This record gives sequence, C-alpha cells and structure tokens, in this order.
Amino acid sequence: MTISVLKPGLFSTIQDNGRYANQQYGVIVGGAMDRLSYLIGQLLLQQENEAAIEITIVGPTLRFDVDTVIAITGAYFSPLLNGQPCPMWRPIAIKAGSILQCAAATNGARGYIAIKHGIQVPVVLGSRSTYLRAKLGGFNGRALQRGDILPIIASKVTTSNYFIRHEDFISFSKDVTIRVTSGTEWAGFTEESKQVFLSTSFQLSKDADRMGYRLQNPIGLTHSLQKDLISEAVTFGTIQVPPSGQPIILMADCQTTGGYPKIAQVIRADLPKLAQLQPMATIRFTVVSLEQAQQIYIKQQQQLALINYALANSRPDFFEHCSEG
Amino acid sequence: MFKHITFKPLNDCALLVVFGDSISITTHKEIQQFHKIIEQQPFHGMIEAVPSYTSICIYYDIVKLVNSPLRKHSQSIYDYIVTYLQSLLQKNVQNFLQANRMIEIPVIYGGQFGPDLAFVANYHQLSEAEIIKRHTAEEYTVYMLGFAPGFAFLGGLDETIATPRKEVPRLTIPAGSVGIGGQQTGVYPFETPGGWQIIGRTPQRLFLPEQYPPTFLQAGDRVRFRAISEQEWRSFV
Repeated sequence: MTISVLKPGLFSTIQDNGRYANQQYGVIVGGAMDRLSYLIGQLLLQQENEAAIEITIVGPTLRFDVDTVIAITGAYFSPLLNGQPCPMWRPIAIKAGSILQCAAATNGARGYIAIKHGIQVPVVLGSRSTYLRAKLGGFNGRALQRGDILPIIASKVTTSNYFIRHEDFISFSKDVTIRVTSGTEWAGFTEESKQVFLSTSFQLSKDADRMGYRLQNPIGLTHSLQKDLISEAVTFGTIQVPPSGQPIILMADCQTTGGYPKIAQVIRADLPKLAQLQPMATIRFTVVSLEQAQQIYIKQQQQLALINYALANSRPDFFEHCSEG
Repeated sequence: MFKHITFKPLNDCALLVVFGDSISITTHKEIQQFHKIIEQQPFHGMIEAVPSYTSICIYYDIVKLVNSPLRKHSQSIYDYIVTYLQSLLQKNVQNFLQANRMIEIPVIYGGQFGPDLAFVANYHQLSEAEIIKRHTAEEYTVYMLGFAPGFAFLGGLDETIATPRKEVPRLTIPAGSVGIGGQQTGVYPFETPGGWQIIGRTPQRLFLPEQYPPTFLQAGDRVRFRAISEQEWRSFV
C-alpha cells in the first residue's frame, strides 16, 4: 500500500498543518506554505491535518500501487492521470496502478496532493512536516527523490463529484497587494522608508524558498535603531530589514527567533497569496489594523467551516457539479 | 516582581509580553518564572509561549478566542488576552522555579576539533591552554533556545576571550562544534555554515527529537564546559 515516486519534481516535501508547541526549544513550526490550499485538500477528503505532498514549481510523477482517493489543490500543474487531464479542487478516485503526472506550474508556485488518510510517515514532535535543516519529519527528513516509496492506507473509491471554486479563496496573480500590520520596530524606521514601504513596489528575488523571501527595491529601507537588536520571536510573515535595507519576508520554515528590525507583519489571511508567488513577482504593501487583520482571518476560516459543514452533510447544492463526472 | 511589563502585538495571532530592554539575569529569571506560570494556566485558545532574552511571545488561535464565552463582546481579542495576562502577573506568585540544573558539556579543544583555537589564542596573545582554562572556568546560563533546534544562547563568556567572527564564514561546521562569536559562545547542534571561531567539539547531542523535551539544554540551565581527551571522546562515540 504505497505511492512510488517515479520523478520527484523540483522540490516536493511532505507537509501538514505544522509542528506546534516546540518553538521554545528552537523547533520551527513549518508546515504547508499555502495553508489554505492545503486545508481545502483536507476538507475535500473529509479529514484534518493529514500529511500531503507539497509540490513546487515543477511537479512530480507518482504511481499509486493501491486504490485510494486524492485531491489536488493549489497552483495549476497541468496534472494528467493515466495520460488524461485530471481535474483539481475535487476528490479523485485512483485505481491501483494509476500514474499521476504533474508538469510545471502555469500559475502560482505550490500545489498540494492530498491523499485519503494521509501519508503514513512517522509523527515527530506532533507533526509529519518535513523540516530540512534538522533533517526532521516527512520522508527521512528530506525532499522526495526518485524511487522513494511512500506508505499510505488503501481507501475505497468514492464517487462524489463536486469541486471547490478556488477563485473564492486564493489569488495566483503575479502582482499582488499584501496586507500587513505594523511591525514591532515600525516606529524606528525613517519617515522616508515608511513612505517607500507603503507606496512603491518590491520585487521578489530568486532567493525565495520555504524559509524566506528576499525582496528588492531600488531605494531600500533605513532606520535609526541599533544595528543589532536583542533576538526575540519572529514568525511566518514577519518582514525583517537586515543592514542591506532590502526586506526579507519570513516564510513557513523560518527560524523561531531573529534579531533584525521588523518593519511589518503580513496578515495571516494573506500568507497563502504570498506562498503562491514565483521569483520576479511584484508586491505592494498596505497597512490594516490588528482588529481588521483578525476579522479578515476569521471570515476566511468561517468560509472554510461552511464548506466543511456542507461536505460533511453532503449538500451538493453548495458546490458546482463537475462535467467530467 | 513583574513590574514594568508591557505588551505589544507581534502579529494577528501572537503577542509579546516584554519584561525589559536589556539582557540581564533578573529579566531572565522573571521570564522563566512567568513562562512556568502561563504554561500551567494557559487561556483557552493559547497555542504556545516562546521565551527569549527580554520577552515571551504568546501564540494564540483566533478562532477559538472569537468563540470563547469568557470574552465580553465589546472586548477585542487582544485586549482580552492582555487582561488575562495582567491578572496572572498581579497574582502573588509562588516561586515556581526549581533549582536550576547544572549541565556539563564535555569538549575536546583544539586540533581538528577546534581549528580556530590557535587563532583565538594568537588574537589575545594567550596560550591555547589559557583560552581553554578561561572557557571552562565560567558558569554560563542558557537564556533562550532559538536559531536552530537545541541551539542555546549562553550568557557569561569571559570578556577577555571574546573574539570577532571570521571574515569569511565557513561553508560547513560539524555538529557539536563549540564556537566563540563576539561576546557569545555556544554549540552548533547541526552541521551548518557559520562564522564563529570554532575552538572545540562536543560528542554530546543537543537535539533529541525522540524524547521530550527534545533538547539537551533548556532555558534556565547553568552550563559548564569540561575539557576532555581524545581517548575520553572515543568513549562517548
């Protein structure tokens, strides 16, 4: 009862909702970069926090050695199932022996292959997420390689035929406006830098991985703070400004503490949009209040809860029927 | 205790409880104390508390808090948490802190294990033996863990052996390397690139994911380094 990795793709890892309650030991949270696409995949299979495959820029080719059900969400990787186009954002019945091929992403950067009952790699410190730096979790603590055999649990093939209108949830635009709250050192930045931060665009450089995104702007940001701050907590979405003046947005695999001034913090609801950016994308920032940020996130979660309710109660009128059957 | 505490949001699902603005043993002890208290009396929706040098970061689940019957409707989630934390801070707290553990870390200094020991000795115009003597003489305190799993930020380095970082960082430093970087000293739990001056190596594993807590060192621990011979090293590995 396995999945065989015929081609690993550019960078495919096993991820779930993240590893909590260990940051005090320096253990990062990690987990899916685009939590929304990941969560929708889980909802479609009516499960919570099971290990899925996160795929990046170029997708993998996988052979299923057992009957199961999967759901593919996130960026569009032109998936083919046994050579035929395979729909996304809905449960798909997989017969033993089937081959799923994913190509390069035509929009966005990250996709999720959710599998019924998840991938049965060991739970390490409460999560199955891969944490490369500590070679922890996932499949032997590393990205998938050709020939890897992933253990799964067989599932009977179901025939549900609805899908999620993902446009309601996530943007795959190359030019995005990201909402932020002010960072803990916001007041220490010069007036000009604050102006630059909020009124000009930043380009995402090639240095963009699960740990952080380096941004570029011709002007750069300066502050009147001490060069080295005393290290304190940083988190997914923290925008740090190192001495170069070019900001870094910390992403899912960021370290637990940092010492660079924090100009802003991406609101939680906009992290999925950020996770889908490819290098060279342009980003603008706009400030919202803490209460607004929380309201936006709560609203997003309520939408997901509604979908979950509808799926659990099999109310297909909440969903569009899928023509392929 | 617990005076001059301030609060500030880190983001929309985490806030910082700030105990001071400089690294000090007093602040460190207050943070350790409050960390114990909040872990024993978390609020509904609290995810985890992460202590650092001058603050504790508290992560929370907005969805649980928005539905909490304990929160008045007129009260924001942030204000609700701050009010809760203030009530904990005002209680006349017992001394929750146990006696700090004293942990010994065996280190083989110099040679292939500490390729920069000679540089550090030369920089200070001291013998290698004197550097080892001063490094092993001090009692260090683990202020926090961060940067990498099991990486301890130690306070207490003898200022007379503080040494600037390398101009060109090494591409790989083996796991267990003991280094000096400016006023800091510490041990790398994993193989990593790094710019600290490597003076020795310990056979002790610092990150132990198979146990809980998953780290050899914990915040609040007192630490001493002990020089060992190559023969003793072999008995560890």
